[in-house]
Amino acid sequence: MARRVTAGAPPMELRATQARNRRKDFFYSLLRTKAALAGLMILSLMILAAILAPLITHYDPIVISPPDRTLPPSRDHWLGTDGFGRDIYSRVVYGARVSLPVGLIAVSIAASIGAVLGLVAGYFGRYADAIIMRIIDIMLAFPSIMLALVVVAILGPSIRNVMIAVGISEIPRYTRLIRGQVLSARELLYVEAAKVIGVPTSKILVRHILPNVVSPVVVLGTLSVGSAILAAAGLSFLGLGAQPPRPEWGAMLADGRQFLSSHWWVATMPGLAIAITVLAINMFGDGLRDILDPRIRT
Amino acid sequence: MLQYIRTRVLLTIPVLLGVSLLTFSILHLIPGDPARILLGDMGGGAAAGDTSDEAYQNLREELGLNDPLPIQYANYLGNVAKGDFGRSFQTNREVRDSILEVLPYTLQLTVVGLGIAIVLGGILGIIAALNRNTWIDSITMVFSLFGLAMPSFWLGFILIQLFALRWTIFPSTGTEGINTLVLPSLTLGLVASGVVARLVRSTMLEVLGQEYVTTARSKGLSERIVILRHALRNALIPVVTIVGLQFGGLLSGAVIIETVFARRGIGRLAVEAVLRRDFPMVQGTILVAALGYVLVNLIVDLSYAWLDPRIKYR
Repeated sequence: MARRVTAGAPPMELRATQARNRRKDFFYSLLRTKAALAGLMILSLMILAAILAPLITHYDPIVISPPDRTLPPSRDHWLGTDGFGRDIYSRVVYGARVSLPVGLIAVSIAASIGAVLGLVAGYFGRYADAIIMRIIDIMLAFPSIMLALVVVAILGPSIRNVMIAVGISEIPRYTRLIRGQVLSARELLYVEAAKVIGVPTSKILVRHILPNVVSPVVVLGTLSVGSAILAAAGLSFLGLGAQPPRPEWGAMLADGRQFLSSHWWVATMPGLAIAITVLAINMFGDGLRDILDPRIRT
Repeated sequence: MLQYIRTRVLLTIPVLLGVSLLTFSILHLIPGDPARILLGDMGGGAAAGDTSDEAYQNLREELGLNDPLPIQYANYLGNVAKGDFGRSFQTNREVRDSILEVLPYTLQLTVVGLGIAIVLGGILGIIAALNRNTWIDSITMVFSLFGLAMPSFWLGFILIQLFALRWTIFPSTGTEGINTLVLPSLTLGLVASGVVARLVRSTMLEVLGQEYVTTARSKGLSERIVILRHALRNALIPVVTIVGLQFGGLLSGAVIIETVFARRGIGRLAVEAVLRRDFPMVQGTILVAALGYVLVNLIVDLSYAWLDPRIKYR
């Protein structure tokens, strides 16, 4: 490990503060790790709930029941019922089956396309780099939701198209990140060596360059699952994503609008579901970043 | 400096062309024929394949759909440059007029939202950095984590519930008057302030570790002067970039918030256009939003170079 070059021992007082700072930093990172663990636990519970949805709910999330309209939270309906008499708890749980995959798939689309573009741009440079980065510049010229609107305008409103739209609008971040990583990895000695002994380019890219890129991408990927879920819920809220009667958190919030003054729980419960999910993902992602890649900080 | 400005301005031209190419292609990437959509001829089996219809042919001619694509694009560019974005499929109004009518409302919303985000986020970030690793820091960072996780539309609903329905201090919907601006811009600003606080905290911490801060301290300057005169000034430079970055986010936020508060604005116009398949309106609103975003980023880049003499003018 690195040897520390010191010009004489620091004065007592300074050493004491340093020790105190170290201790503080340690507690701080412990707190962050705790937050990351808490995030992971909440997230695992949510994934489990999504998988086990039929077992842990007692009502159908779609069948309407007019006599049970807008019932407040109770023992029968833990989170109350909505304007169609549907159990909100069931809909929130089934909603996790929509939002969690949407976030994951959108990020997978963005990361895989971004990885290819970034690898090509970073490794081959020259024209490939110029062309790809100009396209990325153009994509970055659109506020992200506008790019998503373009995609939804072309493909039509549906939850599948929202996944594609959010995925596409996240491509630039990945391309830039991966390109940057590749640019520095390209100069590494063992990559040079592989080139010299005639390893095929595709193999260099996959074997020697890609592993260098993985950890920052995992970090960005985790954090952006949260923002992708938010973006997708926002588009559904606007009526551009999940169509009724599908239980989707953003769409459920939009349904709750007319009950804001009289039945607060209709909009509050799906809102809480989104906020807790994204918060859990971000806490987990922050911790992951500290562990995997201490260099990037936002 | 002049050289830098020139290069930076020239660099936006290909971006603008690309943006216009993308908005232009919307009309050509949608499944189906724009002229048919305009005629309201959605399904219609045999009729849909029937291209001999006179009205349909006239419309294709009028929309210029019979020209080769490059010519169509050139015409589109020419029209856009003249400020002619075509007519709405829905209302047959000039798209430009509809956009110009609502644009000031969106600008008000984003500018006030940005102001709230910068002031609130800036203060929180500085307080957090100065009290690093204490409970004050933790609380601020928890606040910013919540800001990042909170769906803006839900926050909007909460503010409506509290300030419009329970206490009736501010109106929940509408566009006229300064009162209607309060809740929407607060929603927008609160959500964005989380990100700003995080960024300001980290730049402030970085600056506080710089040698000139140590020097200032060792000169015996008071902590207040060190922070205000030496640290804050330099920490604020990167914050300018935040303005550029956040503006896109705020514009995106405005799209949703305008719907939440039933406010008129370019975002709501765009969303309704997408829902009603009013493609000239979609093209127009998205083009204007992208133009605005590019312009703001250009201004931010230029002012950044002006603020920070360390930046090399290539």
